[in-house]
Amino acid sequence: MPTTPMPDRPVVDAGRRTPPEPNQSLTRRALGLGALAAPGLLALASCGSSGSTGGPNAIRVVDYYNTPADDVAINGTFTKCAEELGLTFSRERVPGDQLIAKVLQMGSSKTLPDLLMLDNPNVQQVAASGALAPLEQYGITTDGLTPAVADLGMHDGTLYGIAPTVNTIALFYNVAMLEEAGVTPPTTWDELRAAAEALTTPDRYGFAFSAIASYEGTWQFMPFMWSNGGEETDLSGEGVLGASQLWSDFVSAGLTSRSVVNWGQGDVMDQFKAGNAAMVINGPWNIAGLEADTPDLDWDVVTIPVPTPGGESVAPLGGEVWTVPVTGDEEKQAKAAALLKAFVAPENQLFMAAERSTIPGDAEAAIQFASENPDLGTFVEQVSTARSRTAQLGPDWPRTAKAIYTANQRVLVDDTDPAEAFDEAAKTVR
Amino acid sequence: MTTTQPAATRTGIPALPPTRRRRRLTGDLLVRYAFIAPAALYMIAFFGYPILKNVVMSFQAYDFATFFNGKAPFVGFANYTATFSDPIFLRALGNTGLFTIGSIIGQFVIGMGLALYFRKKFPLSGFLRSLLLLPWLLPMIVSAAVWRWILEQDNGALNQFLAGIGLISDPIPWLNSSDTALIAVIMVNIWLGIPFNVVLLYSGLQSIPDELYEAGQLDGATGWKSFWNITLPMLRPVVSVVLLLGVIYTIKVLDLIIGLTGGGPANATQTLATRSYEMSFVEFDFGQGAALSNVLILIALAFSLVYLRANARAAKNG
Repeated sequence: MPTTPMPDRPVVDAGRRTPPEPNQSLTRRALGLGALAAPGLLALASCGSSGSTGGPNAIRVVDYYNTPADDVAINGTFTKCAEELGLTFSRERVPGDQLIAKVLQMGSSKTLPDLLMLDNPNVQQVAASGALAPLEQYGITTDGLTPAVADLGMHDGTLYGIAPTVNTIALFYNVAMLEEAGVTPPTTWDELRAAAEALTTPDRYGFAFSAIASYEGTWQFMPFMWSNGGEETDLSGEGVLGASQLWSDFVSAGLTSRSVVNWGQGDVMDQFKAGNAAMVINGPWNIAGLEADTPDLDWDVVTIPVPTPGGESVAPLGGEVWTVPVTGDEEKQAKAAALLKAFVAPENQLFMAAERSTIPGDAEAAIQFASENPDLGTFVEQVSTARSRTAQLGPDWPRTAKAIYTANQRVLVDDTDPAEAFDEAAKTVR
Repeated sequence: MTTTQPAATRTGIPALPPTRRRRRLTGDLLVRYAFIAPAALYMIAFFGYPILKNVVMSFQAYDFATFFNGKAPFVGFANYTATFSDPIFLRALGNTGLFTIGSIIGQFVIGMGLALYFRKKFPLSGFLRSLLLLPWLLPMIVSAAVWRWILEQDNGALNQFLAGIGLISDPIPWLNSSDTALIAVIMVNIWLGIPFNVVLLYSGLQSIPDELYEAGQLDGATGWKSFWNITLPMLRPVVSVVLLLGVIYTIKVLDLIIGLTGGGPANATQTLATRSYEMSFVEFDFGQGAALSNVLILIALAFSLVYLRANARAAKNG
């Protein structure tokens, strides 16, 4: 490190003790280097958080419900439940993409909240690290929950989290376009292909999905993979390859835009709104935006088509899971668990589901919900057969999810044979 | 102490009795250290510590659970072995090289052209020059989102424009093909880097005295000749600063690539920076992420040393 004058630099002024140029540039270099040491900075960031404050009845809650509809529904339910139990609560809303970084930070500085919301694919990782309290000791059970919904909060056979409401994806279609093309909503892959062919024109694509290089791309692939008998534990299996081939066929035949490799689910919905795609895979959380932006668009939704007639359409379960972190304050953990138990009661599930266009996790509540909200009936049906993404792989799911979206990108972008792409994907997770 | 003593005598401080002199020197030293202390502490806390921590982390199994149980066992060079045997590593390294070289050449050539152009005084030149700074004023995430629309294959403005003027018949899959995605990302980064190049080169051009050109003209040096023989040699110190800082800034570009392609499609735009980010913050393997970012730091450090040397030489010559 040349903090002293360069060797070829004569000492012109012995009285000047600090050569200014090297110092100046040292600062600049250090700036650049500091920016590169991001993981190191994270450790630094964890020093600053404030500890748990408030009285013995003040429950600290952390979640990522920032949109007004979500925020109001969650806040209202907590307010009601806390009042009944004589507790108070304070909520901290974290931007969705920063939640995990925040959780890691709180974990290392021992400032985890009393109630923590997690996106369901992360629950097993956090539970495996010992940060969450098992819920059964507080009398919270999976009784009444749709089995797959119960899986969302399980790790190694122990319950760590409860999802009051869940979501999934289904096939949205433009009613007018289908009528005009004379096709009925598809139920099988063959029908989906035929419908897409009839609906594709020079100005629009028949079908669209998201195959982006992120977990969203994997999430949208799951219904095709699972319905085709594919398993995340066997990436080079026939079921997985067949589903990838289906996506590939749609893109190479020009029925689906190759841009899907860069479209998130919001982008896919935008294409649907703009009339650039007649059928899209999407979720109920985008319905509010769809109705607000294009009130005249006549749309409907059906379960995702399956490979063979009569087969079961298996979609992935989405949604947030509520957990009780281990804070060391046993008494407060018990109070937080009591609040959680009230929060996830079926009547609250029904309220939150209706406000947030999600589906109650309780099986009976879901049936009641379907009769009260017929427009979400398809999603209730899709949830009843849906699967948890982490049920088989647990904390190893993220690595496999990445392998899946990367392989699909290779198939869709470079027309790589699915067998080759997924064979290599299987190697990266072994 | 050895360096201060001769300095003190040379600057003419009279020889004093040993005791008084030591006290005086100590006080003097204290004052001097007090002046650099805030900066030094700041550097140690915010740059020294993270870098050190990063180095230590790269030798640890530092993962998700570490944040909760504090356990990060040392694993020797395992993270580095894993990094170098990762099939994406070589691709990311190659992409980083192409991205950096492509961006720098594009930014510099266009930046230089614009700087020379704005050297001529003409109406609205000041206004146009300030418009050039626009890419700097936009948040990177906004730029990336807008460029994603522009580069969209089916309805993007760029393809519509190219088709409109008859240059292409089929839309170019800018961000959707592993052949073009890196080129598209480089294009956007060039657009982003032009203001930096123009501003520095333009101010460098201002400091070249007009007399040189007048004298050159008498000797027949006009146009390209004057550029090669007067402008470029006079601008050399500025050029080396622009290029080296450009490399250091470009090599670590993350937000733009994440915003445009997320490293895709199929890792076509994965660079060392995006891969390191992905390792740490998507796969939560902070140990391996740290190992990878240390490789990046070493590369940037190599260029920084070249920059320091060039800077010192420029100071000597200037």
